Amino acid sequence: MTTPMTTPMTAPGFIPDFGDTAASGRKLAIICSKGNLDMAYPGLILATAALGEGVETHLFFTFWGFDMITKSRMYDLKFTMLGNTATHMPQGLGGLPGMTALATRQMKKQIAEIGVPTVPELLEQIVDSSGHLWACRMSANMMHLDESDLYDSIEGIISAADFIEKTDNAQIIFI
Amino acid sequence: MPVTAIGTATVHVDAEGFLTEYDEWDEQLGRELAAAIGIELTDAHWVPIRFLRNDFLEQGETATLRRVSTLTGIPVKQLFTLFPSKPAKKMAYIAGLPKPQGCV
Repeated sequence: MTTPMTTPMTAPGFIPDFGDTAASGRKLAIICSKGNLDMAYPGLILATAALGEGVETHLFFTFWGFDMITKSRMYDLKFTMLGNTATHMPQGLGGLPGMTALATRQMKKQIAEIGVPTVPELLEQIVDSSGHLWACRMSANMMHLDESDLYDSIEGIISAADFIEKTDNAQIIFI
Repeated sequence: MPVTAIGTATVHVDAEGFLTEYDEWDEQLGRELAAAIGIELTDAHWVPIRFLRNDFLEQGETATLRRVSTLTGIPVKQLFTLFPSKPAKKMAYIAGLPKPQGCV
């Protein structure tokens, strides 16, 4: 896009550079391989931020990351204290009945309190911001899932090779 | 703090060019800021710009894209059409506010 200078500017350096004139061509590929509630957020937040900066962004959901886009599971991702030392609680507590449900409720509450949307809402925002969602062919085969089981805005079930091809020259983030 | 001339006004800006003084802005200046980054403001543009101005007064910080969309009812997709590529930053600039700090 060109920037018509309809207004005389005495200090043109003080107009922010929104990168409109440069063909940046920056691309980001984010591989989401985890299905825990806490591990769903990093990829989705990064994607949202990148799209807001005008960066072409592709997400590839594979293995447990499939839970993020599987209709029957995406509304019900869980957080567990088990194996997560960052909670700084005795590991034995995490194995008590009901602890995962409790920890999940607590995390969802904390996320909502800072105004961050749910996983399905973030996916919708990514699609509305022209982000691309792809599902992994091998994971679909393994879990016996097809397009009808997946979030409607998934653009396709593709092989790893297809994804590599689509993200030529992209920066890749693996989560 | 740097000072720059926008149209007939002289305003204070930060190192990137975003206005730093809330009260130095008026709607005429908003039109000139928009023109400087290649956007001609229509009624559809003014809804989120005016929302940002009012919300900043109440919240003390610039609304994120999601907040603008949720509270004005304007779909995210449309905000990307009105303010191409970087809607949150462009809206903030035109509204004479700092860049939004939030992640979503």
